[in-house]
Amino acid sequence: MEIMGLPLIYYGAMILKVLLAFVFVLLTVAYATYAERKIIGHMQVRVGPNRVGPMGLLQPIADGIKLFFKEEIIPSEASKFAFLLAPLVALIPAFISFAVIPFGDVIEIAGYKIPLQIAAFADNAGTVFDLNIGVLYILAMASLGVYGIVLAGWSSNSKYSLLGGLRSSAQMISYELAAGLAIVCVFMVSQSLSLHAIVADQAGLFGWYLFRNPFTFLAGIIFFICSLAEINRTPFDLPEAETELVSGFCTEYSSMKYAMFFMAEYANMVTVCAVTTTLFLGGWQGPLPSVLNFIAKVYFLMFVCMWIRATYPRYRYDQLMKLGWKVFLPSTLFLIVGNAIWITLFK
Amino acid sequence: MIVPLIKGLQITLKHLFKKPITLMYPEEKPDVAPNFRGLHALKVSHNKAKCVACYLCPTVCPAKCITVEAGEDANHDKYAAKYEIDMLRCIFCGYCVEACPVDALGMTQTFELANYKRSDFVFTKERLLEKK
Ligand code: SF4
Ligand code: SF4
Repeated sequence: MEIMGLPLIYYGAMILKVLLAFVFVLLTVAYATYAERKIIGHMQVRVGPNRVGPMGLLQPIADGIKLFFKEEIIPSEASKFAFLLAPLVALIPAFISFAVIPFGDVIEIAGYKIPLQIAAFADNAGTVFDLNIGVLYILAMASLGVYGIVLAGWSSNSKYSLLGGLRSSAQMISYELAAGLAIVCVFMVSQSLSLHAIVADQAGLFGWYLFRNPFTFLAGIIFFICSLAEINRTPFDLPEAETELVSGFCTEYSSMKYAMFFMAEYANMVTVCAVTTTLFLGGWQGPLPSVLNFIAKVYFLMFVCMWIRATYPRYRYDQLMKLGWKVFLPSTLFLIVGNAIWITLFK
Repeated sequence: MIVPLIKGLQITLKHLFKKPITLMYPEEKPDVAPNFRGLHALKVSHNKAKCVACYLCPTVCPAKCITVEAGEDANHDKYAAKYEIDMLRCIFCGYCVEACPVDALGMTQTFELANYKRSDFVFTKERLLEKK
């Protein structure tokens, strides 16, 4: 049986892939909160959560139940529609970036070739057709996330929220530029915008774009740092600087709506780590079976995020802007030029 | 600029593998210093409280939380018929212990004084008597 020229198994596989990726991200988000508290705890010579369940493993569930039963408070002066919409607008872009990220190589089921990437299919020869502008799609989704935060800050009708929202939009827009330019270095080497092609090109350890040449190495590091800034992770978590802005854009939020912002933050972290893995660390390429390589690399990068959070204090607002516009932006431009020269010289 | 940043990361990574110093409180109890000022204890000698109801401790108490009433026992000796300390008002300054002329009052290392009812915080003479 065929629908639109494709056998049914493709559609079944597609739905299965969506479900698996969604469950994977949700579980990772839930346990990232636990892992973060444990890792930071141990880095501060504490133990972290250890009461709920064995070694505190049920802590994320307890947190979820607690937030779910909290009272739902909507400020009377808030713009209700935008106030309710904002958490969704923040959460959804965090998840849909996963549609184009390849988490594994092509696998064969019942004679059909199926690529482990949601928005892709393969013909019987094993050639993968995926979104040929995958990277642009990710950049677009990443910039959508800012709307949720701006909307939340503005619709709450509270000074702290508004300032938090403003800060974060300024921050996201500034760092998106440098992150985008760092990705340009990847395009120059890969000659393609399709994420499958980018990963397929990175076979072997020295095939990883991070280790291709000194310029892509620096571009990879800058991309990761800029992404951290873009998703408001420490040390760039200015929008929720507790000491000056209470809780930033989500000051007025409570219950599940607050939980959604929280989930969006962690889902963004997973996405950023997955994108960095795909673009610079060779995606599914490596010694383990393909998907496991990808997961291991993503988890390693998430550990790095937590490690950074445990180490550095928060940047001041002007320092943050200076770092974005005066350090990262010029240096990525320089990297693009250097990369071009390198590619032409050592073909 | 980069080197100190990396040094910072090294330090936190090193700490990750250290043994946590956390005390698992209800299961593990802390070592309380010997001169800790916890719950009061009325000292006992010859099977009765040493207190002679001289009223020095209620006088010196800055929180005015000690209630003493004197009585006369079979040997016509003065003793504290009633001796109560309101732990909700006590600031654990230890002045009462210092003031006592016969060393009848001491402070123990007991610090877990939480209770359910307000009335349970008023420690009577029976509850204050030193446990041997
Ligand atoms: S410790 Fe201080 S406040 Fe408490 S009963 Fe003694 S004198 Fe009063
Ligand atoms: S100072 Fe000592 S002897 Fe005097 S009433 Fe207080 S506890 Fe008793």
